[in-house]
Amino acid sequence: MKTEKRSIVVIGAGPAGLAAAIAAYNAGAEDILILERDTRLGGILNQCIHDGFGLHYFNEALSGPEYAQRFIDKLRDTSIEIRSDSMVLSLTSERVLEVSSSSGYSRIEAKSVILAMGCRERTAGAISLPGSRPAGIYTAGAAQNFVNMQNIMIGKRIVILGSGDIGLIMARRMTLEGAKVEEVLEIMPYSSGLPRNIQQCLNDYDIPLHLNTTVLQVHGRERLEGLTLAKVDEKHHPIESTKRYIQCDTLLLSVGLIPENELSRQANVNLHPITGGAYVNENLMTSTEGIFACGNVLHVHDLVDHVSEESELAGQSAVKYAAGKELKIDKEMIKLTPGNGVRYCLPHQISGKNDVIISLRVKEPNRNRHILIHENNHNIAKEKIVRLHPAEMLRINVKASNLKSCREIKVSIA
Amino acid sequence: MQKITTPAKYDVLIIGAGVVGSAIARELSKFNLRIGVLEKNIDVGLECSSRNSGVIHSGIHYKPGTLRARVDVEGNSLMAHLCDELKVKYKYCGKLTVAQKKHEIPELQELYDQGCKNGVKNLKIINLAEMQKIQPGIQGTAALHSPTTGIVNPYALTIALAENAQANGANILLDHNVCGIKHDKNGFKVKCTNDTELSSKLLVNSAGLFSDKICRMLDIEEYKIYPCRGEYYVLDKRLEGSLKTLIYPVPGHDASGLGIHLTNTVDGNILIGPSNEYVNKCNNYDTTEKIMEQLRKEGRELLPGLSMADFIRSFSGLRPKQTPPEKGGFKDFVIEKRQDVPGFINLVGIESPGLTSAPAIAHMVRDFVAEDLHLERKNEFNGTRPDFSSHFNELSIDKKIALVAENPDYGEIVCRCEHITKKEVLDAIRNPLGARSIVSLKYRARIMMGRCQGGFCLPRLTHILETEYGKDVSNYIYNGLEGYLFTGRVRDTINN
Repeated sequence: MKTEKRSIVVIGAGPAGLAAAIAAYNAGAEDILILERDTRLGGILNQCIHDGFGLHYFNEALSGPEYAQRFIDKLRDTSIEIRSDSMVLSLTSERVLEVSSSSGYSRIEAKSVILAMGCRERTAGAISLPGSRPAGIYTAGAAQNFVNMQNIMIGKRIVILGSGDIGLIMARRMTLEGAKVEEVLEIMPYSSGLPRNIQQCLNDYDIPLHLNTTVLQVHGRERLEGLTLAKVDEKHHPIESTKRYIQCDTLLLSVGLIPENELSRQANVNLHPITGGAYVNENLMTSTEGIFACGNVLHVHDLVDHVSEESELAGQSAVKYAAGKELKIDKEMIKLTPGNGVRYCLPHQISGKNDVIISLRVKEPNRNRHILIHENNHNIAKEKIVRLHPAEMLRINVKASNLKSCREIKVSIA
Repeated sequence: MQKITTPAKYDVLIIGAGVVGSAIARELSKFNLRIGVLEKNIDVGLECSSRNSGVIHSGIHYKPGTLRARVDVEGNSLMAHLCDELKVKYKYCGKLTVAQKKHEIPELQELYDQGCKNGVKNLKIINLAEMQKIQPGIQGTAALHSPTTGIVNPYALTIALAENAQANGANILLDHNVCGIKHDKNGFKVKCTNDTELSSKLLVNSAGLFSDKICRMLDIEEYKIYPCRGEYYVLDKRLEGSLKTLIYPVPGHDASGLGIHLTNTVDGNILIGPSNEYVNKCNNYDTTEKIMEQLRKEGRELLPGLSMADFIRSFSGLRPKQTPPEKGGFKDFVIEKRQDVPGFINLVGIESPGLTSAPAIAHMVRDFVAEDLHLERKNEFNGTRPDFSSHFNELSIDKKIALVAENPDYGEIVCRCEHITKKEVLDAIRNPLGARSIVSLKYRARIMMGRCQGGFCLPRLTHILETEYGKDVSNYIYNGLEGYLFTGRVRDTINN
């Protein structure tokens, strides 16, 4: 069969893919192809009809579709080719893709590939929810699709397990549509969503958030009828005396997002056990040469603004690689690893020759601490942060001049 | 539900469309008979037949001379041909029954002797080196290797049998829950909760978990079913290929199951389970934190490198046991023609290996039927399913290109995890039995069965259902008439 040859192929036209493609175009690339499995461009932003997007990137509050539209509008003035309704089914480490769409099944070979597939939601099965398996249990994002995209009401009396941002947004959304959101449960001692969402989506609507609480059993044979709940101790073991039953017809799950890296695995991209995304160097190139990753497929972001910024770098790097530039950092590379109080940080490899933005998440909430970038006792960068929260990704700029002769640097909270 | 004009008079009525009832219906559909199958659920095979390991058992576990041993070994030898005819996936992948400790070796020898007596071929007790040739990295002292053990997709087989029976003239009547039976010299009058009444010359009880209840409707009091639950985990396809064969422990003498084991499925997942715990009700399909924790632990021991993210789903099944909890163990299958109720063919306690035995049980029941009714072969019988093709994702790239060019619905991927196409989903929706729950579509097209569990494809599927089932989304059901997926449209809630 025929193999189509392309310079840069971007998988996914969500915020990451759009920003990467436009940045690649602006960096001089002429042959860019975006493959999008949906009919519309914009990815998950299309179902995020609430506002608050773009505060950093555009200095104004936009809804999800508005934010996406800003990038879609930019596409118009470019030669970037878009194939929507096209799903990439396989990717090799030689950057050969198989793509299925109703207009045909095809094979494409690219000089550079940008992974921008986003993430998926953790399911009831993945958290081993005990009890029966009736209708009425949805992941928050799927529920958001039904309510916002398809005008479908999923239930009337709702409990939300997990305090991830989509769950919080859906608590408000379902309330506005006339459902009764009974409570939001979080197994951790703190919310996994942004503090601003706790205020605007729960507190403003008197929806209680129960920390250290989880579901012990699902009840109901055909449709969900209720849940047994309990408080948990530090080891997440349920405390028997706190067991209680709550009646509800719907359970929404907002228990985490998983970068969608099945294609990356096929292409032998090494994945990080904590982020679930690729190991990348400062060019956002993965362990497979010529394959770049950005956005939620690399690590789950809380702000789309950061996705856009990050993805621009991936787009620019992809152009350089397609033009034959060496982007691998093997010799004299600086390793970046998390230190005290930091859950993860990336990029994982730095050359020391360029300024670099380090993204990180802290392990637990804290106030008035410093983020330290250091090699042993030598501080490379230091930044004071008033409020630290695992739900909020932090980004720190480091100047190349400060990285001279470093070998192994850490990010720590002090 | 389906619109079939239901003749009230049948030659043979079969109660229960599990794998056994469906196999009987399909076998009898080879003859000029009026056949009806009464299924209380809204699809076939929703209980024991879909909730098991999907193993084609070799026959080493059953006492020589029992019906269980006989129908299992015979069923094992019939299965390949049957699956070929019906285009159902199966694989004879063999099994290792592993003795971890030396003291278990005599039990392996017992299983070996028992298997040989039952007529199981090519059994061999092998040492660790030989075991590791079959399954690299496996640990243990010795194992019984049974190469004739295999796997089959149990619900696909049940659906194929039922659909093929229906294509050959049998009436599969879904949502027909039998609530009363009258018997006289002319035969049987069977009443269902939906107020239909049907009559037949012969009646077959293949009601599985409810077979004792059917017996009692005919004043047969000697049987009692004790549901014994087994919980399972389904593992991510990432691990496909890591298990070369089935791996079982040596079962204890008084155990009610065969022990927690790893089983490949024909679709590429691995199952861990089943546990073994008696429950009170024949509809208690709960999973429990206690057992799931145990399965996770055992899973990690059996498959090093297993991560939490690999556990994508849990489920449970019920064994229709005839032995009460305090006794445990196994009792032989009941496959009988009742003398006290002429014309009543009674199957009770068809637990494991019921799936393997189904084709052989169907032959036995056919022979019982032949004693009372004249069996005349139908010339027009067609034992294959003409419109069925394999899953799109298993085809060669050239075949994929050709199919998409021929029908664009093959190019539209609805399920990203399993790469299920719109064409396959439409085929499932338009199934000949008229089953219309989401679970029916899962079992037919594998939609929602991947690692994202429908997070991606359920919203897409809903778009397709709007065209196929109409826009009233409150009619969409998950796995039962009361299992509504949606309450309606968004602004309806406020208006109501």
